[in-house]
Amino acid sequence: MENEEQRSAASVRTMEIAVAGIICLFGVLVAFDSYRLGAKWGDDGPQAGYFPFYVGLLICLSSGVTLVRALRNTALAAESFVERGQLKLIFTVLIPTVVYVGFIASLGFYVASTLFIAYFMKRLGKYSWLMAVAVSVGVSVAFFLTFEIWFAVPLPKGPLETALGFG
Amino acid sequence: MEEFNALIQGFGVALSPFNLLLMFVGVVLGIIVGVLPGLGGANAVAILLPLTFSMAQRPGGTTSAIILLSCIYWGALFGGAITSILFNIPGEPWSVATTFDGHPLAQKGRAGSALTAAFTSSFFGALIAVIMITFLSPVVAKFALEFGPPEFFGVYLLTFCAFVGMSGEKAFKTIASMMIGFALAAVGLDSVTGTLRLTFGFTSLLKGFDFLIAVIGLFGIGEILETLEEGLAFKGASAKINMKVVLETWKELPRYWATSLRSAAVGCFMGIVPGGATPASFMSYGLAQRFSKDGKNFGSGVVEGVVAPETAAHAAGTSALLPMITLGVPGSPTAAVLLGGLLIWGLQPGPLLFVEQKDFVWGLIASMYLGNIAGLIVVLTCVPLFAAILRIPFSIIAPVIMVICAMGAYTVHNSMFDVYLMVVFGVIGYIFKKLDYPLAPLVLALVLGDRAEENFRNAIKGSQGDLGIFFSNGLVGGLTTLALVLLFSPVLVAGWRALRRR
Repeated sequence: MENEEQRSAASVRTMEIAVAGIICLFGVLVAFDSYRLGAKWGDDGPQAGYFPFYVGLLICLSSGVTLVRALRNTALAAESFVERGQLKLIFTVLIPTVVYVGFIASLGFYVASTLFIAYFMKRLGKYSWLMAVAVSVGVSVAFFLTFEIWFAVPLPKGPLETALGFG
Repeated sequence: MEEFNALIQGFGVALSPFNLLLMFVGVVLGIIVGVLPGLGGANAVAILLPLTFSMAQRPGGTTSAIILLSCIYWGALFGGAITSILFNIPGEPWSVATTFDGHPLAQKGRAGSALTAAFTSSFFGALIAVIMITFLSPVVAKFALEFGPPEFFGVYLLTFCAFVGMSGEKAFKTIASMMIGFALAAVGLDSVTGTLRLTFGFTSLLKGFDFLIAVIGLFGIGEILETLEEGLAFKGASAKINMKVVLETWKELPRYWATSLRSAAVGCFMGIVPGGATPASFMSYGLAQRFSKDGKNFGSGVVEGVVAPETAAHAAGTSALLPMITLGVPGSPTAAVLLGGLLIWGLQPGPLLFVEQKDFVWGLIASMYLGNIAGLIVVLTCVPLFAAILRIPFSIIAPVIMVICAMGAYTVHNSMFDVYLMVVFGVIGYIFKKLDYPLAPLVLALVLGDRAEENFRNAIKGSQGDLGIFFSNGLVGGLTTLALVLLFSPVLVAGWRALRRR
């Protein structure tokens, strides 16, 4: 009986085709914009789009080969790119990271980081509220002292820091 | 000999108390970083680079800055072995081959031996490479002073073709990856014509893509995502190193002198011809397995199986700096980041560096000796401490690493856009790694793309559009021919084999 978690979320073949396809499109985009800029010989040398045009072309060609290979290699359909369980794990880390990064601008780097670390400890590590808050605040304060004060590296600050007087 | 004098002067520069302190700090940081997944050598150097800006403004500061960063590099080279042996998790891509015999040794209770062997071999490999750098780099630099745009482009061409030629099965993916790097490098303001390329109207893309962001995303976030697949816990063997084990292992090591020398040679070669530390370690392991008397026992926990990859990896990692300082061509992603650092600090890597910045260059070379000695001492004495880091629960360490990466990405240009970009690169890095698209060519193309293009354009302008300029003299012709040979060698070899079978 197959474990639900171990079922494949996507086959290697699907991913190979999808990725090669996307890269190919990217190449088309690059070649297109370069052509628009002028990809031929100008008055005093190659035009701005010359180099990137051929780069784009090569991208298309090489990913085209990969695409064709993947299409022909049906054996890859049996290989799993990522299992469902693994994918879930990836998302449980990726989604909070995206949210964290999204909030850095508005909440300020240190507040966002504290919330991020605390969330991880509580949700994934199953620590108590006390531990989560203690460690996350501790780490953020340590970072603040190191980077803001010692290295004098400015990081985005939010309402809390302004309220405390750190502009 | 002239080099000796210059080296002694270099030691004078490197042995200042501040620089010595930086050496130890760098090595310790590097080892920690080498132990943690997601914060590899290239990544750590990339993150700390902006922090060295203020250091680099002071006189002699650039030397201190490069000493710090390169010692992080050595530390990471040492540190990758710790997790490979104890936890079967390669801390760095070049430590994968160390897991083959390293972890079995640990499981047999001989972790101390394995670790000592790994560290000592690394030190030996690095030493050979640094000696080679000491004597070879002035020669190469003098040689390179004759280089013009066609010759420089020839060197870049050789670098990139070597990557493709040596990638075997995945040649097309390597080309795609490399070209993506070039395309990303082209985004933004074109320095020659002043036109905006590939920005599609987005003002945030005006400055183009910074390789540092790509490195942090690809090698940092991407690697964490990949490590996640193994689950959220790191289980490993315990490590105790005491003097007795160290001395016993040291007595055993001279037996493998042939393997050591061969591995060091492979490593030095692969570092210069940009193959990098990773292929060097694999190649050296494979060669050792074939040529050693004990070959058939490789994989079950044989000290020689640790000596081979570690010597090669460390030799390659170190010798990758030779083309970087003499020609301005990095032999590995971390060397590429260091190169970027030199550019940011206002130095011109290449032959002129030896002429105009003697203190810097020889201070750096001297610090390579010292840094490695420092590294060996630190690592032999503090292994249990470093191994303990991995016992910090994942739920604490993962977000902290992400926070450090985010901070690193932000401080490059004080731009939040870069942080978002980092996450995107992270996902790309994860997918690329899983599908076997090599990341090193992408990073190298991103770092070198603009300069390669510039040299190409200047060369072609000088010849009024005649591509023959790349074969115009012995040097350029040789480089270009070699590049083309390397590029097509897999095809040639396959064709030759097919012919012979008839």
